[in-house]
Amino acid sequence: MTATQTLEQALQTRPVTVTVNGQPRSETVETRLLLVHFLRQTLGLTGTHIGCDTTSCGACTVLLDGTPVKSCTVFAVQADGREVTTVEGLAQGGELHPIQQAFHEEHALQCGFCTPGMMLASVALLAENADPTDEEVRWAISGNVCRCTGYQNIVKAVHSAAAKLREAS
Amino acid sequence: MYPASFEYHAPSSLEEAVEILERYGGEAKVLAGGQSLVPAMKLRIAAPRGLVDINRIAGLDRIEQDDGGLRIGALVRHKTCERAAVLRGRYGVLAAAAPQISDPTVRNLGTVCGSIAHADPQGDWGAALLALGAEVRVVGPSGERTIPLDGFLLGPFATALEPAEIVTSVQVPDPGPRSGGTYLKLERRVGDFATAAVAAHVSLDDGHIRSAGIALTGVGPRNLRAARAEEALAGAEPTREAIAEAARLAAEDAEPWDDHRGTAEYKRNVVRVFAERGLQAAVAAARSGEEER
Repeated sequence: MTATQTLEQALQTRPVTVTVNGQPRSETVETRLLLVHFLRQTLGLTGTHIGCDTTSCGACTVLLDGTPVKSCTVFAVQADGREVTTVEGLAQGGELHPIQQAFHEEHALQCGFCTPGMMLASVALLAENADPTDEEVRWAISGNVCRCTGYQNIVKAVHSAAAKLREAS
Repeated sequence: MYPASFEYHAPSSLEEAVEILERYGGEAKVLAGGQSLVPAMKLRIAAPRGLVDINRIAGLDRIEQDDGGLRIGALVRHKTCERAAVLRGRYGVLAAAAPQISDPTVRNLGTVCGSIAHADPQGDWGAALLALGAEVRVVGPSGERTIPLDGFLLGPFATALEPAEIVTSVQVPDPGPRSGGTYLKLERRVGDFATAAVAAHVSLDDGHIRSAGIALTGVGPRNLRAARAEEALAGAEPTREAIAEAARLAAEDAEPWDDHRGTAEYKRNVVRVFAERGLQAAVAAARSGEEER
């Protein structure tokens, strides 16, 4: 192996530290590794789903510094030094997050594939709008595709979670 | 889907970024929001040898306003534009376009300048900014230069940008008071590209149209300016007839094609209808600006 190849390979990997669900995780990753693969394969957090893999469906939505992003369209190296929240980070101390409780109570899922992304998009909405209208909820989850529910119960669940969160605060 | 391997750089200054780009001699790409570049790399339509992530460069994430107009920095996200009060009113065509781009999650990352540099003929910002006569500010090895957007967009995914140049901002000249505009887009579903879209802007002067800006999305090899329609309206009274005639000219100058989103004939008709509605809305918005003053 020549020196040039070694340098090239060194530039194609990079150490990163990403705080995932509150825990700093340091790994050396290939630069081309997508954030969703970093979460699922490197860290074993398979709650984040890969749906379309083409930036359309929103199944892989996670929060990056609190903002919903499609983790299939972000490189892991871009998350270096930043905070990521996945569905695994929602429940605290064995208690479901209000959004999880609401999705359960309102039957806001059938197959469950879109659910992690739906819930994270909803959590971000409720963080900045405690009492959204139907239209605001639909707008906020319009980057997330569900093929089962017809969305009715998802919208209901977001309202229900909003009410739970308002009561709690 | 995995992109081809690449070398990643995250410089902290524009000078450094330009230096790195120069070293790669056209084989590196700039990464801003990544919402077009990363999908293209995953499909291996793009396989740059190097990636220059500009997200860690300070000062590029602002919309600034002064007497000359607006400056939208290279890291300003679509979402920021969607919420920016400064883009309403006389810059209304921009405020109307922002929430119609892709979907909310993509808008959290995607950038205005990245969209312009990507030069997708289906891109929405190109038309909205052409209607306002925007200019593109770039920096490269031989310093800074400013290129009118109309001369910057050359064709599908082709721009006047040199290999080691970076778009640092888009500048929008102040259209003055009594100005307004809108962006009308037909899409099959949220997140789809436009079947056709029209950006319409007017500036009024004593009941006449001082200038009009009309540009089209999805009906040509790049975002097209409907120059004949603009000329027909300059100095005219904003009557229904004048607007209908301008809309007819805009539709005539569209270059649509048949595809899964519709036939060429259908898209041309959408352009005519949207240009007419858009211009009427632009005139109404410009007049409401008039009353405020």
